[in-house]
Amino acid sequence: MLKYSIRRLLGMIPMLILISIVVFSLAKLMPGDSLSGEIDPLNTNPEYIAEMREKLGYNDPLPVQYFNWITGFVQGDFGKSTRFQIPVFDLILEKLPNTLLLGVTALIITYIMAFIMGMYSGRRPYTLGDNAIAGFNYVMLAIPSFVAAVFAIYIFAFQLNWFPFAGSVDILVEEGSFEYYISRMHHVLLPAIVLGAMSTASYTQFLRNDIIENSRKDFVRTARAKGTPMKKIYNVHILRNSIIPLVTFLGFDFAALIGGAIITETIFTYPGIGQLFLESVTSRDFPTLMALTMLLSFLTLFGNLLADILYGVVDPRIRLD
Amino acid sequence: MTAYRINESTPLLRVKNLQTGFKIDGDYYNAVEGVSFDVLPKQIVGVVGESGCGKSVMSLSIMQLLPNGVGKIRGGEIEFEGQEISEFSDKKMNDIRGKDISMIFQEPMTSLNPVFTIGYQIEEVILNHEKLTKKEARLRSVALLKQVGIPRAEQIVTEYPHQLSGGMRQRVMIAMAIACQPKLLIADEPTTALDVTVQAQILELLKGIQEANDMSIILITHDLGVVAEICDEVLVMYAGKIVERAFVEDLFSHPKHPYTELLMKAIPKMDEDVEELATIEGLVPSVINMPQVGCRFANRCPKAMEECLTVTPQLANVDNRHEAACLLYEESWPTDGKREREGVAAL
Repeated sequence: MLKYSIRRLLGMIPMLILISIVVFSLAKLMPGDSLSGEIDPLNTNPEYIAEMREKLGYNDPLPVQYFNWITGFVQGDFGKSTRFQIPVFDLILEKLPNTLLLGVTALIITYIMAFIMGMYSGRRPYTLGDNAIAGFNYVMLAIPSFVAAVFAIYIFAFQLNWFPFAGSVDILVEEGSFEYYISRMHHVLLPAIVLGAMSTASYTQFLRNDIIENSRKDFVRTARAKGTPMKKIYNVHILRNSIIPLVTFLGFDFAALIGGAIITETIFTYPGIGQLFLESVTSRDFPTLMALTMLLSFLTLFGNLLADILYGVVDPRIRLD
Repeated sequence: MTAYRINESTPLLRVKNLQTGFKIDGDYYNAVEGVSFDVLPKQIVGVVGESGCGKSVMSLSIMQLLPNGVGKIRGGEIEFEGQEISEFSDKKMNDIRGKDISMIFQEPMTSLNPVFTIGYQIEEVILNHEKLTKKEARLRSVALLKQVGIPRAEQIVTEYPHQLSGGMRQRVMIAMAIACQPKLLIADEPTTALDVTVQAQILELLKGIQEANDMSIILITHDLGVVAEICDEVLVMYAGKIVERAFVEDLFSHPKHPYTELLMKAIPKMDEDVEELATIEGLVPSVINMPQVGCRFANRCPKAMEECLTVTPQLANVDNRHEAACLLYEESWPTDGKREREGVAAL
C-alpha cells in the first residue's frame, strides 16, 4: 500500500504541472493585474509606475513570469497577498481552522442525516416514507444555497434569534476560554446545517439504491438461510457492502472540506477559505487566488488518492499493488 | 393423495399439497401446484426436473426464503418433526433456519458475502443458534472446514471468498450448512456451477456427511446422473407438479411417466454411438398460461391421448411403491370421474 501511495503521489507531479500552467494562464487572462497593490498607491507618477512594472517583472515574457512564480511556489513561497500585504501562506493558515470547523461539522450533519435516511429508504423502497425522503432530498438539492442561507439567517437568526447571523466567534469572549469554544460552535452551527442538510441528496439516494440492489443479492439469501435476523442482515451484511461506493464521494468531500463553501461562507460572512477565495477574485489578489486554486487542485487529486486507498481498506477484493 | 410409507419411521419432513405462487402484475400464479411428499430421517431425496419446473421454489418455500412480497405460500402444509411450520413468523423460522434445516445454493460464487471473512460467515450461523464465545466458534469453524476437506483451514478462516475457487466456496457453504448439525439439508443444485471433477468430490462429501451426521438431504438437481449416484428416492417434477415418485433403482430401471422416459433417453450414453441426442420437443408452459385442466405435459407428450387435455391425472401408486401421474395408468384417473368425466380441478 505504501508503494502504491508513493507511486500515485509521484504520478500527480505531471498533473500538477499542467494544472499550474492552466491556473497561471487563467490569472493572466483576467483583465487587469495586481500591480497597483504592490506599489505605493499615493505615487501616481507614470514614470514611477512604469519603473515599478519593469522592476516587478510585469513586462517579462509570460514563460519567464511563470517560471519565476512556480520556482517560488514549489519552494513554499506562495508570494505575498497584494491586498493584505502579508504572505499568502500565513493568510491561508489563519482562515483554515474556521473552514475546517465548518466543513467537518457540515459533513457530520450530512453523514448522519444521509445514513439514517438512506438506510430507512433502502429497507422500505417505494413506501410513503421512502418517497417523502426522496422528496425532501430533491427539494434540498434544488434550492440554491444562497437562497437557503438567506432564509436561514432571516428565520433562525433574526426572527427566532437562535443563532448569530455572521462571524465565527463573539468578539467579547476571551480566546481559549470555555465560552470561546461554545461561541465558535454557536456561530458555525447555522451555516453548517445549511451546508450539511442541503447536500444529503447524493449520499442518501446512492445509499438507498445500493442497499436495494444488495438486498437482492445471493448472499442475503444465504444469511437468511443461516437464521440471521433481517435487521442484522440490513445493518451488517448489506450496509457493509453498500458503503463501498460511497467512498468515491468521500474523496470529493476531502477537497470540499478545506476548499470551504464559497457561497455559504460569504453570505454568513464567515471568515474562511471560501470567503478569502471570492475576495481574492474581486480584488485581483492574484498570488492568493493562484495559491488557493493550486491548493484545491492538489487536494482534489489527494482526495482521489485517499478514496482509492480507502477502497482497498473497505473492500477486501481490491488489492493495491 | 395418500403418501405411502417406506418404513415405519415417521417422516422428518412432510409436505402436503403445497402451493406457492408468484405475484405477476398483481395476480398470483402458482409455480408449485399441489406438491406432496415425505422425507424420512437419514434419507436422500432427489428432486429432478428442467429449469422452471418449480423445484427451487419448492425448496425455498420449505425454508420460507421466497423473495419478499413477490413469492408466497398460498396453501398446503409443511410439517417438520410433526410441527406445522409453513405459517411460522420470521422470528420463529430464524430458530429453525441454519439449525434444524439448512440450505446450500447453486451459485457458490455469489452466495458468500464478499466483504466478510470465511471465518466470520461460518461463525455467524454458530453464534446465531448456540451460546458460544467467539473463540469457541472460531475453533468450531476451523474444525468444520477440515471436515469438508479444506486444507490450511486455520488460514482460510481469515481469508475472503474471492480468494477461494468455486469448489472451495461450495465446501465453505457446506461447512456453514452443517455447522449446527441440522437434521435436514436442502441442496439446491449444489454442483451445477462446478466443473465435473469437483462435482463428484462435492457429492461424495455430501454423502459422507449425511452418513456421519445421520442427516436427511433434499437434493435438487436437473442432472439424473447425480440422482443415480447418491439418492434413495426421486421426485420428478414438471411444470410445478410431481409427475413421478419412486425409489432410485425403480425409476432408472422402469420409468413410468412418459416425461421421465424421455429424460432418460436424453442422457448421453458412453457405449452408444449416436449422432444426435434425443430431446424433448417444445417448451415448459409458462407460469402465466399454465393449463388448469388436463396433464401439463400433454402438448409435448408422444403418448398423449385426447383425454390428456381434459382430465387431470392424479399422482397415484401404479406399481409397487412407485407413483406416477399419467392417464396411461388406470390408478391415475380421478376416482370420482373415470373416463367419461371431464376436467377435475387440481387437488
